[in-house]
Amino acid sequence: MKPIEAVNDFVVKFANVNGSGSASANELFAKSILRMGVPISPRNIFPSNIQGLPTWYEVRVSEHGWLGRRGGVDLMVAMNPQTWDRDLKEIDPGGYLFYDNSKPLPKSKLRDDITVIGMPLTEMCNANYTDSREKQLFKNIIYLGALSALLGIDAGEIAQLIGEQYKGKEKLLKPNLNALQMGRDYARANLQCPIGLRIEKRDAVGNRIFIEGNSALALGCVYGGATVCAWYPITPSSSVAEAFTKWCQKYRVDPATGRNNFAIVQGEDELASVGIVVGAGWNGARAFTATSGPGISLMMEFIGLAYFAEIPITIVDVQRGGPSTGMPTRTQQADVLACAYASHGDTKHVLLFPEDPKECFEHAAIALDLADRLQTPVFVMTDLDIGMNQRLCAPLEWDDQRAYDRGKVMTHDELEAGKDFGRYLDVDGDGIPYRTLPGTHPTKGGYFTRGTTKDRYARYSEEGAVYVDNVQRLLKKFETAKSLVPKPVLTPSKVPARFGAIYFGSTSPAMQEALEALAAQGIHVNALRVLAFPFQDEIFDFVASHSKVFVVEQNRDAQLKTLLVNDAGINPASLIPVLHYDGTPITARFITDEIAEIVAALNVRPIKKDIKKDKAA
Amino acid sequence: MTYITKPRLHHPTLPINKIGFTRRDYEGKISTLCAGCGHDSISAALIQACWELDIEPHRVAKLSGIGCSSKTPDYFLGSSHGFNTVHGRMPSVLTGANLANRDLIYLGISGDGDSASIGLGQFAHVMRRGVNMTYILENNGVYGLTKGQFSATADAGSKSKRGIANTEAPVDTVSLALLLGATFVARSFSGDKKQLVPLIKAALAHQGAAFIDVVSPCVAFNNHSGSTKSYDYVREHNDAVNRLDFIASREPITVDYEAGEVASVQQHDGSVLRLRKIDPGYDATDRIAAMHYIQQHQAKGEVVTGLLFVDPETEDLHAHLNTAQTPFNRLGPKELCPGRAALDKLNASLR
Ligand SMILES: Cc1ncc(C[n+]2csc(CCOP(=O)(O)OP(=O)(O)O)c2C)c(N)n1
Ligand code: SF4
Ligand SMILES: [Mg+2]
Repeated sequence: MKPIEAVNDFVVKFANVNGSGSASANELFAKSILRMGVPISPRNIFPSNIQGLPTWYEVRVSEHGWLGRRGGVDLMVAMNPQTWDRDLKEIDPGGYLFYDNSKPLPKSKLRDDITVIGMPLTEMCNANYTDSREKQLFKNIIYLGALSALLGIDAGEIAQLIGEQYKGKEKLLKPNLNALQMGRDYARANLQCPIGLRIEKRDAVGNRIFIEGNSALALGCVYGGATVCAWYPITPSSSVAEAFTKWCQKYRVDPATGRNNFAIVQGEDELASVGIVVGAGWNGARAFTATSGPGISLMMEFIGLAYFAEIPITIVDVQRGGPSTGMPTRTQQADVLACAYASHGDTKHVLLFPEDPKECFEHAAIALDLADRLQTPVFVMTDLDIGMNQRLCAPLEWDDQRAYDRGKVMTHDELEAGKDFGRYLDVDGDGIPYRTLPGTHPTKGGYFTRGTTKDRYARYSEEGAVYVDNVQRLLKKFETAKSLVPKPVLTPSKVPARFGAIYFGSTSPAMQEALEALAAQGIHVNALRVLAFPFQDEIFDFVASHSKVFVVEQNRDAQLKTLLVNDAGINPASLIPVLHYDGTPITARFITDEIAEIVAALNVRPIKKDIKKDKAA
Repeated sequence: MTYITKPRLHHPTLPINKIGFTRRDYEGKISTLCAGCGHDSISAALIQACWELDIEPHRVAKLSGIGCSSKTPDYFLGSSHGFNTVHGRMPSVLTGANLANRDLIYLGISGDGDSASIGLGQFAHVMRRGVNMTYILENNGVYGLTKGQFSATADAGSKSKRGIANTEAPVDTVSLALLLGATFVARSFSGDKKQLVPLIKAALAHQGAAFIDVVSPCVAFNNHSGSTKSYDYVREHNDAVNRLDFIASREPITVDYEAGEVASVQQHDGSVLRLRKIDPGYDATDRIAAMHYIQQHQAKGEVVTGLLFVDPETEDLHAHLNTAQTPFNRLGPKELCPGRAALDKLNASLR
């Protein structure tokens, strides 16, 4: 078997034990490649466990800039005996295995269609360190040094990164640099360097930044003016609240008084968390909660209250594998319907679908505006893949001229001037009424908020006509939302295409890559990325102008497709689901194969000629 | 039941308070509760307390859960904002509202089903957090609104209107509040205006989590022998820590008597009620002693009323969170948004 040869285009997977200190070493590996100007996309594949269970870190190196998961492994860094067999099996033929050969392994434990690179890591650590913690931690840095030699990574970049990491902690800096050098020296003296997989300096990263979606989202909440955050810990959303805490400490402490322009409450559960957000929203502060599927289930009753009593709240749903506890540390887009129609009775909610950390940042701020403008719950539907992995994305942007849209809040002076206030009165014809904040005026504008049915002046009434009047207005308001939520983004095919594809959220990078792969096979597809619910007319027009539209999503039941059919009366026959739901992030390979297979079954001949023309052009 | 407007006739001779309001200005819509419901008496006491305290009605935010008790915020302080939330979850909504604007007075109204059954968790945690509020639990031992099922404060052995005996141990909300760190804990009786009004006033003035459990008989479902929350039961078992005033039946009976006196009150059913005024030696600043006192009397089958505990030096949630003095709902981008320059700097650090 010929060893794989690839420059700046391969997948390295680290198999480690949770809690062994490998995470920071692996991140150094990833970042050093970025510093060499080569795009990467790393992914954590981790258990619901703190210490001892297997964990993996998969780094896709792609000079072309593909950030979706590729699938397959070219180099396995196998540091976990527990998962040895499956890790070994996962390596592509011709690939490479790097392992700790301190304890010799029988040949039967290895594969002969791959290149096996052994290094006595444990032995080296035992010889150089006495403290058991040091032995473990430096083992990671030693293999990092060896890998840098094997793959041609600039050791200076790693040293620089270590320097940044331990700035001000010089005592730690030196031994880390020594360990790095030790690994490098060993590899250069004893192993064939470099191997067929190599990193070469490029300038393909540009000014992009490297950040986790949850962190960017939390920052968006800071920029968007959220002052109250209430949450209950749950993977994969906890780091939203934790990052919000960190950013607030950095940006939201009043320098003059030392006091906080924020309040973060870890609730006793998700009911309390969303309840706190409802109370704050009712009282005019921007508030949000971050949770995942099980939390959404608990919040249902309050979501209905916020919908019907018309209270601005922002809910961040970092989706994980469901149902029930499901796959707590795996990714899915399976809460779409639960959130779109959350709570009993007739309800519909605004959903936003960010594709990467940059949009997590933007959508968080947009959600806070929309919640105030529409006086309703707004969901930011991200997922574990975006939320808990560092992703390369465009730099975050903010326009200092941007004001917060606080929506229709009637002021003391307006009330004083005798402006008619009906809490549920549609004065502007957009279905959005005015609200007043508690304490505004001594005699005017006070009203009683309730989840029970009421008339335009917030007076309790169970009369049928009054109820219908109110819920029809809510529909009108939802219609208004269409003009306010982010518009879908079209990626047109280079040649006229009869197929369309609709996708959203974290599927984005894999989809972009799949489009190119499909085009190379002569299958041309126009792709529309949906950014929000309610769906705008552009989405219906898109479906109408294609004979078949693939709806690509990461759940079993084709939830977005269901929403398209249900909420817009799209003919289900024109929509073909492409579904990935095993908990791993969707790949371009998967999308390409699925679509190609369906196209073949539909008996459509690829337009080969056009490709050639394309290439010539 | 639809909305009924109450005529706002201002009699020129009605007394006004320091800020120029009559008691009528503190009223709300006409109650839709059963005639004689203890909850209405509590609303009346609230009106009186706010009027006497010269509170601007619109500076009070009234929040409640779901139940007959939780409906009452519509029946007092008509010009204040009210929020009838969801069953058992008023505490969280009140917490959020309080965080959004620390300048208002927060009044939480709940029932025993609302607080001790479905909402026991939120009840406990709002006390722990020290939210600055006055939390009034209108305790009738039943689910009034859903027609007479037992709530978790119903005493073991009490019988429901349908004759079924309760076998489960009761939740004592007062003991719980003490245990969980509430800094003002009291119990009273809906008909005892003389005791209740000053307690509410003290609670409103308290800058922390103030809790008053008000025994409030439900005329529809528990004012019958067998129910330990009925007028008869309380008559026999009240041991007033401060003083007592009593509603015996459909019409509130008021009693006026001095400290140390014993008052006998003829009830509507003919029975005589002996009201004993306080234990003058009671120290309301000792949490542990308060818990002991309550348990001791409980063991004798007595319900103690009055101000059981107050921590005069209290800190609320805002102090714990070190929040700014300006209410959050008044802050804008200037205070909240770090701006573009900070973002550019941050971007540079993420490469
Ligand atoms: C989630 C939920 N479950 C059940 C109900 C029905 N429900 C309404 S009020 C109530 C009990 C109220 O009892 P309590 O709090 O003691 O108030 P009371 O009517 O006795 O004053 C119940 C069970 C509800 N509104 N919401
Ligand atoms: S049912 Fe009981 S609690 Fe409800 S209004 Fe009637 S008397 Fe009051
Ligand atoms: Mg009750």
